[in-house]
This record gives sequence, C-alpha cells and structure tokens, in this order.
Amino acid sequence: MSEQDQITTDPTKPAQRMRAGSMTLSLTPWLVSGFVLLILPLVFTNNSAITIMNQMAITIVFALAYNMLLGQGGMLSFGHAVYAGVGGFGCMHIMNASDFFSTLPLPLLPVFGGLFGMALAMIVGSFSTRSAGTVFAMISLGVGELIAACSIIIVAFFGGEEGISGDRTYGLPFFGVEFLKQIEVYYLIAGWLMISAALMYLFSRTPIGRMANAVRDNPERAEFLGYSARWVRFYSFIFSGFFAGVAGALFAINYEILTEENLNTASSGVILLVTFLGGVGFFFGPIIGAIAFTLLQTVLSLQTELWAFYAGVLFVATVMFFPGGLAGLIMMHVPAFKFGKARLLLMPYLKTLLPAVIGILGLSALVEMTFHVRHAATGENEMTLFWTTFDSHSFLPWIIALVVTAVAFWVTRRNTPEMVEAWHKANTFPGGGA
Amino acid sequence: MELVLVNLIDGLVTGLLLFMLSAGLTLIFSMMGVLNFAHASFYMLGAYFAYQISLGLGFWMGLLLAPLIVGVMGAGVERYGLRRVHQYGHVPELIFTFGLALLIEELVQFIWGKNQMPYDIPEVLNFTAFAIAGNSIPAYKIFMIFISISIFIGLLYILTKTRVGMIIQAALSYPRTVESLGHNVPLIFMGVFGVGTALAGVAGVIAGPVLGTFPGMAFVLGSIVFVTIVIGGLGSLWGALVASLLIGWITTFAKSYNVRMEDILNGIGIVTPSDLEDNIFRDLWTLTSPQIADILPYILMVLILIFRPYGLFGKRDA
Repeated sequence: MSEQDQITTDPTKPAQRMRAGSMTLSLTPWLVSGFVLLILPLVFTNNSAITIMNQMAITIVFALAYNMLLGQGGMLSFGHAVYAGVGGFGCMHIMNASDFFSTLPLPLLPVFGGLFGMALAMIVGSFSTRSAGTVFAMISLGVGELIAACSIIIVAFFGGEEGISGDRTYGLPFFGVEFLKQIEVYYLIAGWLMISAALMYLFSRTPIGRMANAVRDNPERAEFLGYSARWVRFYSFIFSGFFAGVAGALFAINYEILTEENLNTASSGVILLVTFLGGVGFFFGPIIGAIAFTLLQTVLSLQTELWAFYAGVLFVATVMFFPGGLAGLIMMHVPAFKFGKARLLLMPYLKTLLPAVIGILGLSALVEMTFHVRHAATGENEMTLFWTTFDSHSFLPWIIALVVTAVAFWVTRRNTPEMVEAWHKANTFPGGGA
Repeated sequence: MELVLVNLIDGLVTGLLLFMLSAGLTLIFSMMGVLNFAHASFYMLGAYFAYQISLGLGFWMGLLLAPLIVGVMGAGVERYGLRRVHQYGHVPELIFTFGLALLIEELVQFIWGKNQMPYDIPEVLNFTAFAIAGNSIPAYKIFMIFISISIFIGLLYILTKTRVGMIIQAALSYPRTVESLGHNVPLIFMGVFGVGTALAGVAGVIAGPVLGTFPGMAFVLGSIVFVTIVIGGLGSLWGALVASLLIGWITTFAKSYNVRMEDILNGIGIVTPSDLEDNIFRDLWTLTSPQIADILPYILMVLILIFRPYGLFGKRDA
C-alpha cells in the first residue's frame, strides 16, 4: 500500500485527507462490470436466464438506492417499495398515454419513473427526515402501509386489485429498436444499471454524500459544524427515492404490469433483506446481496416449498453473526491477501467449512423430512431429496440424516480451533505486530 | 342510541386488546430504546400455543400456560439474540427483530400449516351475556374486557406501588445508577422483555378464538400496534392506553356507520360532478367510511407526526 492511498484523518495533512475522500476513483471495476454485463447474454442465451438477469439488475438498482438510506445515511426504512412502486405506476400511466408515449423513446422512461419516486419522496421526506432511527423507521412503515392500502381504494391510479398493465412497444423506436425481444430489454436495463450505479457511487463521493455519512455517525457533531442534519437526510432521501423510482420504471418496462404487490410491506421487507444480506457497509454490498438473493429465490424456490423459511434463518443469522453481510465477509480477507498469507487459510477453511456445509445440508434434510411427514397428503409417503427417493415414514432415512448431520457438525467443531489459529496467523503483519 | 352503546363496547374490546400489545411494546421500548418488531409475532405464538394446549388440557390451562411459554421464549430472545446484536447499534437491533418476525411467521407455517386453526371460544363462555335493543353482547367479549382491565390494573399496581416496580422504573431512566446500587440490570431488562412478550401472549390467547388463529394474524395486527404507540408517544404507558382506545373506537365506528364521502362533500357545498364515471377523482367521490376504516389509524399517525411529532403523551425530546 503506498503512502498516498492510505485513508487518514490526520488534521495536519488536509491534502492527503481530501485525496482519500474524493480522488480514490478507480475505473477498473466499472469497466470490468460493464464488460461482464455486455457479454452475459452471450454466455447464458436461453430466455429464462435472461429473465433472471433482468430481475437481478432491477433488484440491484433498487438495493443500491435503498442502501443510500440504510448504509450511507443510517436511515432504516420499512416502506421503500412505495417509491419504486409509485415510479413504476407513473411510468405505466405514461405508457398508456399513447399520444405522449409515441414521442418518447423507451430508454428515457426511467427518468420519469425516477421523478415520480423523487416527488413522492419530497412529500414524505418533508416530515419524515426530521429524525433518524426509530421514529424515521416508524413513519416509513406507516406511510408505506397507508399508500399500500390506498392502492386498493384509489382505482384510478393504482388499478385496484388487478393492477394496471401497458405495452412498452408503443414508444418511439430508439435507433430502430422497438423492444419486442427480451434481449433488447436486457440491454436497456443493463444500461440503466450502469448509469444509476455510477451516479449513486458518484453521489456517495460528493460533499453531500460525505455529509450523509457524518450525519449517520454523529448528527450532533455534524450540526455543530454548521450542517443541518435534517436537510442532509432530506437530500439523501429524495435521491434514494429517485433511484428507487428508476428501479420501479425498469420493473414496469420488464414486466409490463404493476400491482399492489409492488408497493406493500412485504416487498419493502425483501429489499431490506437483500441489502442487509449483501452488506450495508460497502458500496458493492447490495449488488452482491441482490445477485445472491435472486439466485437463492429462483433456484431454491424450484427445489423446496420452504425457501422463505431458509431465507428467514439466513437473514437472522446474518444479523446476529455477520452484521457486515457478504461484503463484510469478503473484505475481512483483504489484510490476509495484502500480507500474502491468504493461502495459509485454504486448507483450514476446507477442513472446517466443508463439514459445516454438509452438516447444514443434513439439517435441512431433517427439516424437509419433518415437513413432509407433517404436511404431505396421507398415504403419500415417498419423497425425493438430494436426487434420492425414499419413504419418509421409515426409520432408515432419518437415521442416515441424523448421523450425517451429527458427524459433520462434530468434525466442524473439532476443526474450528485450527481455523481460528490459521486466521490469526494469516492476519499477523509479517515481522511482528498485529 | 343503543347502537352507539354496542359500538362503544366493541371498540372497547378492540382497544383493550391493542393496549395489551402496545403496553408491552412501549415498556420494552422505553427500557431498551428498541422497537420490537416481533412483538405481534409473540401474540401469534400465544394463540397457537394456547390452541395446542387447549386440545389436550382445555382452554383455561391454555390461558395459563401459553403466556408463560411465550414469556420464557421472549426472555430467551432477549438474552441470546437481542443482547448479542445490541453491541452493533440500534439499526441492527431493529433489523434483527424484523427478521425474527419473518422467521416466526415461517416457523408457524412450518409447524401448523397455512390454514386457520379451529381454536374456539370455550363452552362455558359461549352464551349471550345481555342484549341491547336486539343486539346481543357475547359473554366472551365481557370476559376479554375483564381480563384486559385486570391486567392493566395489575401492571399499574406493580409498576407504581411495589419495590420491584420502583426498581424497574429507576432502571428505565438511570440504568447505571441502579446497577451501581447492586441490582442486576441486565436481568431486569430480560424480565421486562419476558413480561412484555407474555402480555402479548395473553392477548393472543384471548384474541385467537375471536379474530382467528392463522399465520397472517401477526401481520394484520402488527403494524397497527406500532401506529398505536407512535400516536400515544413512544415510551408512554398512558399514551398507549389512550391511543389504543382511540383507534379501537375510530375503526369500530367507521365500520358500523356508512358515511359516504359524497354526502360530506355535498354537505360542505361541493356539487357531485355529472360525469362521475370519467372523473379523475371518481374514487374520492365513491369513498365510504367502512372502506377506509382500516387505514384511518395510519392517516391519524401521519397527521400526529406532522403536527405533534412526539405523539400525544410523549416527551418532547424523545
């Protein structure tokens, strides 16, 4: 690590401090991710993969917008789906206003979605950003519930129970592209993903983004410096509302239908889960969270009815044991790599984590079998688990699952001290010191 | 006039039920500064446990045992979950209880399935207590009112008149001082958390037969409980009582009297537009009070937060 890159708060070196704050922009990750987005559809060509990727990209935009509040501003919102939903509903109305829509290229539509989200965020933010913490969380929940409930009543805008739908192809053709095919929509969404991610990253580097961090950590101190904590929160809130609206517009473009489900507390809860799972402490955390969660959702929900249960367990475990989320876990390993000792960790990791994974799979097998015994139709004793079909009411599978689980956890437990020791060794500065 | 009396009783039942939940929630909040999102989930667990116990031992043992089990579980959550997360700060604590609420709902679905449980009013209480102008009042409602009021009085007595209550109150405001006087403050916190969740459990036991015992019951009541304590002022027991009764009566009256928006607007001199079908405000014109009864608490909360952000009885700096 060179001297200049080191983040410092040394007051005698203001130039260096500035450098740490605003100039550590590296282009490489952006170019790499842009390239990956470009070639992904060439690797995974079938339609269902593109559908999953579209959903993933929309979730990433939404999760990043959410993290502008939670991670960077320290505001916990339980009703953020409302801004995405209203942005989406607004776009749907634009799509249905055929006179105007036929003069508007579809790729510009998310701007309007963002403005809808931002407008609503301005109204709500005018009274909700007065304080952070619990009060803010409560207001966000109340407003979220209120608007979700209104969506059933106000049929003219929200379309009642069946929602509203539109057709994206009526827009002005964009360089001859009419967005009939899924792949064209993919590139639109991927383009907006890059644009909004870059804008959100740049926002976090502006003075106002930096002040959002300061207000998150110590609002009183920020106020003594002459900044109004409330207005700093307000600006974070409306920009977050903007990008949530963009995500909602992308949803409208991709699915061409919006219902009450896009607004309700459940989807607000999901985005909180996604963001926290990925890690709120780093900019790229929500991206990892969105990718992992979408994969989990699509792959696991095909395999088991209980996927929401597993997601809940994973979420609670993350909050309790890894509050930094997946991003935090990844970043924990940076020092070991810097010291060039990361390979010390490989064997202990394999020896401990592999049995742990087997143990967890065994445990989930027990859970699935219990579920099958309790809830399957009477007389239906056969179940398929891990590519094997067996009778869930006989003893043998239970004994196998129990033994595998117990042995795996015993091995994990036995090898854990070794892993901890290797961890300490790998994180010790070569030549002494911690 | 008689209908007013019937609605007053119905609203009182709803309000007191809300109060049993919000009392525990507000106590826990003033103690730890953390809002327990899973509070309504403990209410649901109370109902399910009571149902399971009532299958074998009858309703009354359920009423006795289920809140105890829920309270012990609540204390366990505080001891092994919340205390661990506490070191990370307030926001992770909130997120933890939120995750717990999700998990408990999934767990209940895992054990009991997605359907409503046949948890019914006990035979002893299944009769009409009295009738007001042809509207019969079931004895079970009177029983619910009786239970809630006696719990409220008991809680008030313990908190204000006994030594334990004094220590709890002192620990709420000056935990460090109380600790240095030799009291085990973490134990007090755990106890209060357990009692708060047990109260939610009681509410679940007695509400289960009336409102239905199904996996969504926590979600239905959960957010209303938060609205209640925000309106009442976070951390204020009296505020929780007033707000609960207020919400109970408002929603009951809005549901039983069919007030139409059209009549109100006509009453203040706005004429109904002739082309109502195509009017952009058509949904506003056709609005009726039973339709919006369930969102009235939220509207009330938003108004309170705009004009009196610390709630009806809250302290200004809270």
